[in-house]
This record gives sequence, structure tokens and C-alpha cells, in this order.
Amino acid sequence: MATTTTSDAKLHSKTPEGNVSEKWESYKGHVPLVSPNNKRRIDVIIVGSGLAGASAAASLGELGYNVKVFTFHDSPRRAHSIAAQGGINAAKNYQNDGDSVYRLFYDTIKGGDYRAREANVHRLAEVSTAIIDQCVAQGVPFAREYGGLLDNRSFGGTQVSRTFYARGQTGQQLLIGAYQALSRQVALGNVKLYNRHEMLDVVVVDGKCRGIIARNLLTGAIERHGAHAVVIGSGGYGNVFYLSTNAMMSNTTAAWRAHRRGAYFANPCYTQIHPTCIPVSGDYQSKLTLMSESLRNDGRCWVPKNTSDTKTHPSKIAESDRDYYLERRYPAFGNLVPRDIASRAAKTECDNGKGVGATGLAVYLDFADAIKRLGQKTVEARYGNLFEMYQKIAGDNPYEVPMRIYPAVHYTMGGLWVDYELMTTIPGLYATGEANFSDHGANRLGASALMQGLADGYFVLPYTIGSYLSNEIRTGPIATNTPEFDKVEKDVLDRIHQLTGIQGKQSVESFHRRLGKIMWDKCGMARNAAGLKQAIGEIRELRHEFWQDVFVPGRRDEFNPELEKAWRVADFLELGELMCEDALHRNESCGGHFREEFQTEEGEAKRDDDNFMYVGAWEWRGDDAKPELHKEKLEYEEIKVSQRSYK
Amino acid sequence: MKLTLKIWRQGGKYKGEFVTYQLDNVNEHMSFLEMLDVLNEQLVAKREEPIAFEHDCREGICGTCSLVIDGRPHGPMQGTTTCQVHMRHYKDGETIVIEPFRAQAFPVIRDLVVDRSAFDRIIQAGGYISVNTGQAQDANAIPIEKDRSSKAFDAAACIGCGACVAACPNASAMLFTSAKVSHLALLPQGEVERQRRVLSMVAQMDKEGFGKCSNVTACEAECPKEISVSNIARMNREYLSAVLASDVE
Repeated sequence: MATTTTSDAKLHSKTPEGNVSEKWESYKGHVPLVSPNNKRRIDVIIVGSGLAGASAAASLGELGYNVKVFTFHDSPRRAHSIAAQGGINAAKNYQNDGDSVYRLFYDTIKGGDYRAREANVHRLAEVSTAIIDQCVAQGVPFAREYGGLLDNRSFGGTQVSRTFYARGQTGQQLLIGAYQALSRQVALGNVKLYNRHEMLDVVVVDGKCRGIIARNLLTGAIERHGAHAVVIGSGGYGNVFYLSTNAMMSNTTAAWRAHRRGAYFANPCYTQIHPTCIPVSGDYQSKLTLMSESLRNDGRCWVPKNTSDTKTHPSKIAESDRDYYLERRYPAFGNLVPRDIASRAAKTECDNGKGVGATGLAVYLDFADAIKRLGQKTVEARYGNLFEMYQKIAGDNPYEVPMRIYPAVHYTMGGLWVDYELMTTIPGLYATGEANFSDHGANRLGASALMQGLADGYFVLPYTIGSYLSNEIRTGPIATNTPEFDKVEKDVLDRIHQLTGIQGKQSVESFHRRLGKIMWDKCGMARNAAGLKQAIGEIRELRHEFWQDVFVPGRRDEFNPELEKAWRVADFLELGELMCEDALHRNESCGGHFREEFQTEEGEAKRDDDNFMYVGAWEWRGDDAKPELHKEKLEYEEIKVSQRSYK
Repeated sequence: MKLTLKIWRQGGKYKGEFVTYQLDNVNEHMSFLEMLDVLNEQLVAKREEPIAFEHDCREGICGTCSLVIDGRPHGPMQGTTTCQVHMRHYKDGETIVIEPFRAQAFPVIRDLVVDRSAFDRIIQAGGYISVNTGQAQDANAIPIEKDRSSKAFDAAACIGCGACVAACPNASAMLFTSAKVSHLALLPQGEVERQRRVLSMVAQMDKEGFGKCSNVTACEAECPKEISVSNIARMNREYLSAVLASDVE
């Protein structure tokens, strides 16, 4: 019987015994339960109302727990899951093309460059099929064929069609499904909604997470909320780069505050740069817009062969003078290689002077062949809304002129370290969805974020949280008039006073912009030791400057979006440094983490399994101390680890 | 280009009034909200309070952004949210008037920010299918005609921004409510709760203080997702048949 060992005693993954394909079934059969009458006496706080948060809140409410949901948005339906375009993976094998749970499991592990925990990923693949069932039952209008059955398409890093989609708005439809399930529980009184509330800290009592401190964003009031368990489903931290495809308010605060209270932060350097985004056009730019990966099903990436052609109109460049670089370099997967590979390939072409457009930082994504083969009507049915969006932003018609695209920050694979039960290193504190690190290793495959968010919320957490809560049935209501709550509330108030008291000269926005530039230049698509060391120094200086010279207008006790932003940027200024530390210590290239010193002669990522096949989980040691690295060794029992190849 | 902006300010030192701002160096490639970002940066530099406006995804899907621009919710372009309007649609020297969405059921919070939580309560009243996690049958067990599913999708594409209410002279929420009623009524999964749903959502809509529909159809014209008023006709039919079918209490 194989067991999973960890090299650090503090990181016990609690992976069940047994064959990888039997672990979850066996776990479910043995996990302690909480009886219905006891569930009524247990309070659970959920922070975030995206796919991971809303699905967990709805499911836990249905089970009978008292749930409180916190979102800084005006409505739970605004969470950034709403913007996911392309689709959601599931091993249904409706296409009879050889898909299976094992294959989805294998593709996800391989796509993640062998840096994810096997047991978690297998469970993800197992529950994927139930997600589709659940969503269809809720009324999610997935794409269908004329026979009335569900349609699929393919995504990068796979050779089967397992992606379910709802036009280019899959995230929207899935989130609305979860939001409606959540709304039903609100109406039934099982879930209480705290909209326009931002979690600013967690409260730990006797080593267990017992609640949060939140700010009512309308009144500025600081509130205490107690619970037997807290779930953080607050999304990823891509906005540390300032420019990303994330929504403007997406932030790391909930996860980062939990980290400072004892939750380890795992693999912060694993960030996903998405290959197909609309390029940057000017320094006023506030965000970047993604063009769904599904476009690579029919679009072909190319650059001019001759650098003299980069400013030539694409229609004037002869077929023989075009370099379809992905098809040339990766014939087996072609334009559908995983995201990290496609992004780096685009960067390489641009670095070699082949980039197109005004800035030279773009490649073409061309649909001329698809239109010839399928007709404009079919292309319009598949991608119409994306083409429209492109035209609105870029001003060109992609039916006539190839799109210009460039990689942009899109997703963060790193996040709070969690065990098999999705619990962080603080007992009673859980992390789900993009906020945890668990399933995507060093690179996430397309259409897997929606799958993971919903898997965690609908089908994993409702089981695993019972394991902890079964020991809480005698605890009674959590009191919030305790010294522990006093202390954390005071910390929060002090920090708010500090932020508004500086009254310096520079705007919050300007600091965020500067941090983003450091991160993108030195901890972006390609990293090296010298750059990372420099970045760490620069971030420290910038943080120091922030706390001396930031200007936060307005009052503390009122609706004040600048104050909200200031708190979030202050947290990004701490996280950014940890990301660079993590990137610096990981002397290998894997997935989204590409260290220039570690590459093959052909420029492919060079992993170092002997020394780095582990999860790097960082422990906060204080403002002036270096964070401490803990390692969870990754053991592959089922899958044979090999060099990732898409050639 | 140079622009003159007349912007509604309310809260803090403003009791509720238009304030005029001059903005130079507006780049035509900027989005409308980036133009407001630039204005806010300038206000902060002068140690004035920035203008509060709501926004998040900036790609037209989250429904957070709002604004009535020169009298039109989400500005001058058809089927477009405010965050997707770009300054290339404006000319040098123009004056732009910016107001919040106005409706009794959407009270102003500050400047251009309004409270749209009434929409959440309408959904809570019945805008869902009652299926607990784990109760679902296989996804392909119920085939749904492609056109029907597509129609349901058209209604489900609503982003809950409230432009329909802002556009309506009666501040009616019929387009929003009917989009959800239609989405679920068109699907076999929504059949069981069909009657209860429409009665209870309409009752909540009325309770929130939204006005009645008088067939102006400005809602459809201004909807950034081009949700059709035929959904309102469908909801009226659903409502009528539910009333006629309901038991006498």
C-alpha cells in the first residue's frame, strides 16, 4: 500500500491511502458526518461569491449549515468568474473520442508540468461529470446539437473534445446558475448575504479559525463575524501585475491576510500568462482583454518571416512569407499547445523582431482559412461575440484582418496551501477555487478553472468540511466579544488609520502601476536570478515609499473606494515580494514559471525533478523577517513522470 | 482631444449637483472609463475627492458599470456597456453629461453609484430551479431542441446592470424580470416551478417600487445585451396563465 509522504512535518496533505482511483470513494465512505440537527448549530463563513464561493454557499446551505457569504461586490453575480469565456472540461466522453476520467486526470497533471498533487487532480477529474449534470439541471443553457444533446469543443493541451460551453459566455452562465442556487438558499434563510462587505482579516482563537473582521463598504463600519469554519473563495492575485485580464477589483486581500495569520502560501510564482489577449495600446490602459483560447481551435498564429514585413499590411504578405510558428515547432498539437508554451512562443517571435502592430508586441491570429473551410456563418456562430468584442476594442474587423494578439497575465496557479480536505494550515480555515494552489500545478489547462471552482464548491468541500465540523457540534455559538477579536479588530482599525493618516502626495493608482511594471518586467513571462533580486529590492523600496507618501482621500466612515483600493494595493506590495522570492528559489523552469537560466537548446522549459518536485509553501514570519519555506514532496504513484512534449 | 464633462456629484460636500470638469489630452483609444480614471487621477493630484462610479470587469459582462451618458444608459452605442465605449466615438471640444441610473428602486449611494440590490431580491423570490447539489440526472437525459435552448440563452444573457430600468420612463423592471422568467420557462427543467416562479417574481418586482410597463420599449433599445421585449410578452402570458391556473385559496 503506497502512502504519500511529505518532507515537512507541518505540511500533512492527509491524502487517503489506496490506489489513486479509489481514494475519493474510500474517503467519502469514511469521512465523519454531521447530523442534520447538529448542522443547524454550526456557522460557516464564506468569503467570495464566484464559482467556488457561491457553489459552496449554496451546497452548504442546502445541507442545513448556517452560512454567511461576504462579497465586496454589490451583488454576488458580479464576481469575476462571470468573465470566463471558453468553457468547462468534463470527462463525459459524449463524443466517443476516447476520453475518460483517467485521461482528464493525466492531461491535467501533464499540463501542470508534474507539479500538482496526484490525488487532488484525480478527484477533480472524477467529479467533473457531476458538475455538468448539476449545471444542466439548474438551467445552464450549454451549447447543443440539432439532436438536442450537448455539444463539445476542444481546448489546448488535449486531443479530445471534452469542453462544454455556452457561446463565449460559459463563466457567466455557470456563475448565474450558482448565484441562483445561492439566491434560493438566501430566500430559505439558510444563507445570509453580506454584499458590499470586504473581509480584512481572520481571527484565530486557540489555534482555530473562528471568524473574520469585515468592513461594511457603505458605512465604513468594522464588523466582527464569528463562525466554526471560514472558507476563502476570493479568487486569484493576477492584479499584482496591475495590467491583467482580471477584473479591476480582483485582489489578494482575503488570502494574504489569512497568510499573515498563519496560512501558508504555496507556489506564488506560478502565474499563467494567457497567449491570446488584445495587446496594450497606451499607458492610460487599465486592464487587458482576453480573447478566448477556443479561438485557437480555428485560428492560426503567425508572424512574418522577414522582419522587414512587420509593418506591412498582413493581406500583402504572401503565404510563403508567413511563419506559422506553433504549427512548425509543435506539429502534434499545433495551435492547440498549452498556454504557457503558446505564450512563450509568441514572446520569442517578438523578441526576435518579428512582432507586428504599432508596438511590435503582437502576433497575428488568423481566421482566413477557417472562413474558407467552414464559411463565415459557422465561424460567426462559434466566435461571433468574441469577434465583436475584438472589433469594439481594437477597431479592426477580424473577419477581414487577422487579429493582433499578445500574452497577458490571466490566472494564478499558486495560492493558499491546502490539504486533501481543502483546509489551510490554520485549522478551520479552508480555501477553494483559484484562491488555493491545489490542482493545476505549474500551469492550468484551458477550461479547467471553472471545473475546479465548481468541483471544490459543489462536490468536494461539502464532504470534507464535515470531517472538521463533526468535532465542533458541542462548541456552541462563537463569541465575538473576546480578546482575540478585540486584538484583530484593533489591528484592522490601526491599519486603516495609518492609510488615511499619511496624507502623502502620490495616488494609490500610481503605486499599483509601478508595482505592476516591476512584476511584469522581472517576474513575468521569463525570469532570471539577477532580475528577481533587483525586483525584490525595488518592491521593498516602493512599499516603504507607499507607507510614507500615499494619498488616500475621503473619510474612513463612509463609502470610500480609494481607501478600499489602498488596502488592496498595500497587500499586493507584500505579495509581490514573496512571488519574486519563490521564483528566485525555484532554480528550474516548469509550466508558467520560466527561468531563463534553465532552458533546453531549443528554448523549452527545463525541469529539475530531482531537486524541485515539491510544493513550495511559505510561512509568514513577520514584517521584517524572511518568510520560511516548507516543502511538500510530490509523489507520483499512478503517472509516469516524463518530459512534457507537445511536438 | 479636449472635453467638457458635466458630472452628477452627490454625497460628501455635494448635496446633489452637476459639476463641470475640463479634460485635456484625451486619447481616442481610451475607453470611456479610462477617461474617467484619468480625470480622477487629476482630482486626486489636486487633493479633491475622486468621482465614485462602479466598474469591474471592463469587458462588458459583469454588469457592474452603469452611467447615463448624454441621456442614454451605457452611452451612445447599440448593444454596448459603458466600459466598452471608446473615446474614438467622441470629437474634440464635445461636452458630455454623465448621470447615475435614476429610479426610485435604485437609490443613489454616492455620485454615480446606485444601489441595485432590488434585482437580487427579485431573483431570490423565485429566479431559480430548485435542485439541490447532487440531485441531478445525467446531463444528456433530457434533450432540448437547439433553437429553444438558444432562445433560453438569449434571455439568460442578461447581465443585471439595470439599464432597462434607467431607460424606462416608468422605471419598470419588466425586461430584467421577464428575461429570467423566460430563460427558465423555456427549459424543461424549469417547468415544475413555472407558475409559482412568475407570480412570486412579479410580486417582488412590484414590492421593490419599480414602475409598470407601458410598452415604450426603450428598455430593449438601451439593453447592452440586446434582450428582446418579446420576453415581456412571454412573461405577461406566463403570468396570466399562472393566475388563471392557480387554486382558489
